[in-house]
Amino acid sequence: MIAADLKEKLRKEIRKAETPREKAVDVMVELQKVYGWMTDEAMGEASELLGMTLTELEELTTFYNFIFREPVGKYVIHVCDSVVCWMNGYQALLDHLKDRLGIEMGETTSDNLFTLLPDCCIGYCDRAPAMLINRRVQGNLTPEKIDTIIDQIRAGEPKS
Amino acid sequence: MKNWWQKDNQKNKEEYQYPRVLLKNRKPDRILTLEEYKLDEGYIALEETLKNLKPKEVIQKIDEAGVRGRGGAGFPLGKKWLSVPDDAPFPRYFVVNCDEMEPGTFKDRVLLHTNPHNLIEGMIISGYAVSACKGFIFVRPSYETLSQILERELEIARKAGYLGENILGSGFSFDIVVHRSGGRYICGEATALLNAIQGNRPNPKQPPPYPTSKGMWGKPTVTNNVETVVWVPHVLRHGARWYKSLAAGREGEGTKLYCVSGKVKNPGCFELPMGTRLSEIIDIHAGGMQEGSEFKACLPGGASTRFMTNKYYNIKMDFDSVKKVGHRLGTGAIIVFDQNTCLVDAVLNLMEFFARESCGWCTPCREGIPYIRDLLLQIENGEGKAEFVGMLRDMSRHLWNSYCAFAPGAVSPLESLITYFEDEIFQHIWEKKCPFKEKGFMF
Repeated sequence: MIAADLKEKLRKEIRKAETPREKAVDVMVELQKVYGWMTDEAMGEASELLGMTLTELEELTTFYNFIFREPVGKYVIHVCDSVVCWMNGYQALLDHLKDRLGIEMGETTSDNLFTLLPDCCIGYCDRAPAMLINRRVQGNLTPEKIDTIIDQIRAGEPKS
Repeated sequence: MKNWWQKDNQKNKEEYQYPRVLLKNRKPDRILTLEEYKLDEGYIALEETLKNLKPKEVIQKIDEAGVRGRGGAGFPLGKKWLSVPDDAPFPRYFVVNCDEMEPGTFKDRVLLHTNPHNLIEGMIISGYAVSACKGFIFVRPSYETLSQILERELEIARKAGYLGENILGSGFSFDIVVHRSGGRYICGEATALLNAIQGNRPNPKQPPPYPTSKGMWGKPTVTNNVETVVWVPHVLRHGARWYKSLAAGREGEGTKLYCVSGKVKNPGCFELPMGTRLSEIIDIHAGGMQEGSEFKACLPGGASTRFMTNKYYNIKMDFDSVKKVGHRLGTGAIIVFDQNTCLVDAVLNLMEFFARESCGWCTPCREGIPYIRDLLLQIENGEGKAEFVGMLRDMSRHLWNSYCAFAPGAVSPLESLITYFEDEIFQHIWEKKCPFKEKGFMF
């Protein structure tokens, strides 16, 4: 169950739209903030809020790169693998990331902190190679820069 | 290092400075505020338009100036607006496409991080021209900071009386919302985009009916690219002659935002006269090729255009000049490849991209692109056979039968690879390996 005030906030947003399902992506992004990903429970909440059937919602969750129907870590790393980043050292960078995190593309670290996903051109070709961490861009990447970023995130997390 | 084709670019550095309009106020770390925009004639075109011009007159002026769509197709803006029937029902919608997922393209990002109010003003006037009541800006997830900037600036414009009910006392009411995408390349296709906004699965939809008569929720909907809409206030304010005079030659009009990426020294987004030569864009504005790199080919307008070899190095980069030699300007996103880059591998990367991003709605696209990808993968790995080249040709032709423009765009780099670099493909096949990896050039 999501908190009553969040539900009210979402309802208010939905009322502003031409039709409720116009807000489907926004609602799912908000629910992902609570549940981490679109769990069955989150799907139920979205279905009720948007007046859409689960099948109609599934059509969207399985379609979009930024809606997750499977568990993801707290930080989702979308690595740009399109042609400009590819040309500028994407493969070496990915190898370093995989090595550093100890996971393959599509996997999540055992502490549930990082998920590694491929993404097509993220629109930062002037700063290639680039990646997104929870939608925030990191460009002109080098192995050292990646280490710093990962270390900073890890340092900011409570010790488990 | 100078090459034979660079001899034309021997002017002094000052001669390569041109008047800028869209990026005139570019700052390294922040946007232009509403106050600053107003000091630079901002929202004057809106005030004058609402006071003096009827919607039809706005369309007429834009049509006379010859403003063309900058999203890739180059379709005349005035003609598109006129395709909304006079007796079309209300409400009508105006959509701005800021999906910008074409690989190599980042002009809208730079433009809106420079001057978001230019787009807002352009949208209000465009909305007035087609009698729309609501505007949508469709933004991709990797531009989340941009969505937030836009929402903040929209609120500022609303408070200043430029948006909402009865704008500046004119009786015209219009509001704009930011619509965040869930992230998928096909959403940039005009009809898929409308499905996306309505919360449907974003498959493209073949006309008729055209969206301008029956679009979102069955109502007339006009969709334009960011770089197109921002011209509207400038053209209304300064006129058709001024607009045409900004271009490098008679073939084009206005300035163009060229994005240069790949093996150049200074990749970036440059506002230059429409029709600036490719050689000048690369050698001067993008700082030339990187140390040790030589120009091999470029994609002139994103991933769904055809490779241009150095045979075209001096071409004027405007819609018609590029079209005349059988190419497409697309978004003007120039991706530069050097002599050490394997173009078979590059096209393999592009096919992987298109295979993943295909919406899967129609069979040629869904099945054909992975088929091409697999053939290229075998060739790249040294497992290709000579007959694969014919198979690639056949499958490219089949893809022209698909439902929307996605698949024909997807095979453009492949077709030009076969046209211009057939030897490179066969070298992979005869030598049973990638000749570039052998030399240790690849990454």
